[in-house]
Formats: sequence, C-alpha cells, structure tokens
Amino acid sequence: MTEFEVPVLSVKNLNKQFGLGCPHCKNGESETLVKNYCQVCGTVYACRDVSFDVFPGEVLGIVGESGSGKSTLMQCLYFDQDVTDGEAFVSAYENGEKNLFQESSQQQRYIRNHIMGKVYQNPLLGLRMNFSSIGNIAEKLIAAGSNHVGMMEGRGTELLNKVNIPVHRRKEAPKKFSGGMQQRVQIAKALSNNPPLLLLDEVTTGLDLSVQASVLDLIKSLQRELNISIVLVSHDLGVIRMLADRTLVMLEGKVIEEGLTDQILEDPQHPYTQQLVHSLL
Amino acid sequence: METLLEIKDLSKSFDLHNLGKHIRAVSHVDIQLNEGEFVGITGKSGSGKSTILKCIYGAYRIQQGGIWYHSKKFGRINLADASERQMLYLRKHEIGYVSQFLNVMPRTTARQLVQQAILEMGESKSFAEKETEKILAHFELDQELWDSYPTTFSGGEKLRLNIARAMVKKPRLLLLDEPTASLDHDSKMKVKLLIEQLMNEGTTMLGIFHDLEFMNHLVNREYNMQNGVFS
Repeated sequence: MTEFEVPVLSVKNLNKQFGLGCPHCKNGESETLVKNYCQVCGTVYACRDVSFDVFPGEVLGIVGESGSGKSTLMQCLYFDQDVTDGEAFVSAYENGEKNLFQESSQQQRYIRNHIMGKVYQNPLLGLRMNFSSIGNIAEKLIAAGSNHVGMMEGRGTELLNKVNIPVHRRKEAPKKFSGGMQQRVQIAKALSNNPPLLLLDEVTTGLDLSVQASVLDLIKSLQRELNISIVLVSHDLGVIRMLADRTLVMLEGKVIEEGLTDQILEDPQHPYTQQLVHSLL
Repeated sequence: METLLEIKDLSKSFDLHNLGKHIRAVSHVDIQLNEGEFVGITGKSGSGKSTILKCIYGAYRIQQGGIWYHSKKFGRINLADASERQMLYLRKHEIGYVSQFLNVMPRTTARQLVQQAILEMGESKSFAEKETEKILAHFELDQELWDSYPTTFSGGEKLRLNIARAMVKKPRLLLLDEPTASLDHDSKMKVKLLIEQLMNEGTTMLGIFHDLEFMNHLVNREYNMQNGVFS
C-alpha cells in the first residue's frame, strides 16, 4: 500500500559484513553460518538486507539482543562505518533522491552535521571529555558553519538549559559529570543544529532507574516539542514501550518482525519476539 | 444510515511457539456497525470479546477475514491491509479505545495526558489547554488531581480520565473494553451518563460489558459470544 506521507529516512536493503566472505558463506545465506558468523572464514554478517522507513515526528524503536546488529546499523546510518551495500535516502537532503552511502565523505560530513544527530551509548564516543560542555556543543555548531561566538554561546546555553544542565556548570568538562548528565550533554549536542532526525543508540543503558527516567522524559518532551523523528535502539522493551510508535525486531542481523509497538508487545509472531516479550518483567 | 464498520469472517488465533500451543480466540465473526449506533458484545471471559476490539484497534494483527472501516481520511479501508502509519493516524484522529486499565506514560500528569491527546490532532496549545480544563471538569475529576500522576488515582478516577482522554478527540468510533469492570455503583452511573452523552452526540460505539443490566439499558443491539463465535 502506498503511504500518504513522505518518509524522513528511507533505508533499503542495507548490508554490512565484517570480513570478505568465502565460497562457503556466499551472500550470508549459507548453512555453514553459525548465527551470522561464518566458521570457515570468520566473516560476520552484521546487517542483512535491512529495510525500513522513518516518518516525520515518529519514534521508530529497534529491539534485539546484543550482537543482533542494532548498533552496526546505527553506525552505518551515521557514516561511522561504511556499508557493504544498500541505500539510504533522507528527505531533507537533495529531495531524498540521492543515496547517502554513495555521496562523497565531504557530503556525508555535511549530512551528519546538518541533518542528523546521534547519541551513543558510550559518552566517550559522542563527547570530548576534556572540553567544556558548552564547547562540545560549539564544536558541532562550528562543524555546521557557525562562527559567531556570542550566538554559539547563546545557543549552547539554551540547549544545556533544555536538557537540565545547570547554567553555572556549562563550562565544566563532561568528565566531571555523572553518567546521566553526560548523556544529557550528548543529547544537547546532537540537537544543536536542529536536525530532523535523531539516532539514539542505547542511551539509557547502564543508567540507574531514576536517571534513566529523567533521560527518557527528556527525549519524550523534546520529541513532542520539536516534532523530531527518532530512531531509538534499545534492548530494553520497557523503553521501547514508552517511547516508540513502531518497532523493528532484529535477530542475527536481520529484521525478523516489525509492527506497531503494541502489536509487537501484545501479539508477537516470531518465536524469538515471543520469547523476548515473555521475558519482560 | 451509513455503515461505519463492517467485520467480515474475522478469525484470530495465537501460535505460542515456545509452549507449542495454538490457541483459537475468534472464529468467523461478522459484525456490522452503523453510524451513531451503540452495539454491545457480551459473553464470558475468555470468549474472545476483547480480541475483536484489539483487532479493530490494530493491537492484534488480523490474519483472516477483513475489517472494513469508513475513514474520513482514507475512505473505505480494510484495516487488515492498512499500513502501520495509517493505523497510527486513525488512532490519533478517528478511533478511540478505552480499556479498564489506564496505560499511561509514567510521570505524566492528568492534565498533560489529556493535552497531549489534543495536541496529537494538530490543535494549538492554547486550544488544548482550554479544552483540557473543560473536559476534566466535565468528568468531575477533582481539581487537585489535575496536576498529579494518574498512577496515584483510584480505579474510578483512572477510568474517568481514561474516557476523558479518548473522548476529547471526539472519535468517530469508540471501542469500550469493559470500562465499568471494577467500578462502584456511583462511578458506574457517571460512566453511564457519559456514554449517553456520547450517544447523543452521535459517536458510534462498540463496547464489551460484564454488567449485563448496565449494558441492556444503553445499547441499541447486542451480540453474544461463546467460545470465539456468536451464538
């Protein structure tokens, strides 16, 4: 059925393998594979033929166990990794007509800085721990072409305020902050250029419950306020239930099931999804 | 009168792979619902009543049969073929669902909850604020509860909030999943008044009730279910 809306992000047949493959595991479909690993040549098929759309203002959840390919997928989308093959189109870039993975690294940098924001599970990857918090935001603003110090200071303060980092601590380095605060600085940084698309990779994993709650509330309120589209990767079904409109379930690099989040939780079809849902506390 | 919803030969079963079980919940069900009608479904628990409502709302996947709904936005549409985004649109704008349990975001106040329901439909913030106060007052929810979390509410208060949230959108089709279960007499009467008011406003409703006496006074027609089929 044709959609009545235009997707913000459209991913088609994304494949990512680590290793060259061999005659035994050609195309990742051979029976010699153990899960998504080839025992003969050691190739890992991290993402296999992944396709999905993200629509304006929606939160798309991606669940799956560790090693299912969720983070690799996010890394590919943010150009942290090169894809093996596949296509991705973003409506805010060239009318959604150009495959992002085929663009030059310069253009990819442009897309990263203007159209996407990403928050990593590990703040070390998303932040410069020794820079000031506001300096971290300025870095992203400068990357997108800002050069007015006063303006950047204003925007940085506004963003840190939005994520509840006290103004008087804005010049402190994230290394002095707690895990939850670091995640909030990351979120502020990711939002700095008003991207239409936010990639969140296990942002609440490892945080204690009350801090996790404050980060989740922040994400929800930002999403409502800015009507930003979010791809949310998590292995925590509670987080998915609270935030995601629609959900993909990944296993061994493949999308095995997708649906409305309550469909996934109340009427799971695939044996793995059923097992996952029934494991929910 | 025009048909708003037509369920044809709906069957639904569950395969529980890990238990090696196949459970048949509903078999070959047909329902027709005209605009402005209030139709009730009765039957013992486990007879498959909720399954029908969940199939309409899209919480369960429709595997066999069709559910044709006359949408304002999409025209006549088979919900079994509707895309996920279309379903989300219909939930936001046209089809409401009230269950006996209030499923809400944690740490969201009653006021925010209702406001969000209005904002989802694309209304302005000031309109949402005004409308929220109106409906909370209308549902006789104590003012001091407006800015507290629904998890602390009593069963009756939760339910009224739940209906308020669904009603404020003025849905074309409202699904009621045992909304009066576990309510005391007074609360039931309040819900009854609200339902009557919705009927007067022309809302089409499909409801499940345990309390037959309560239901018989309200519905235009009723279906009785036994073991997943209409008797």
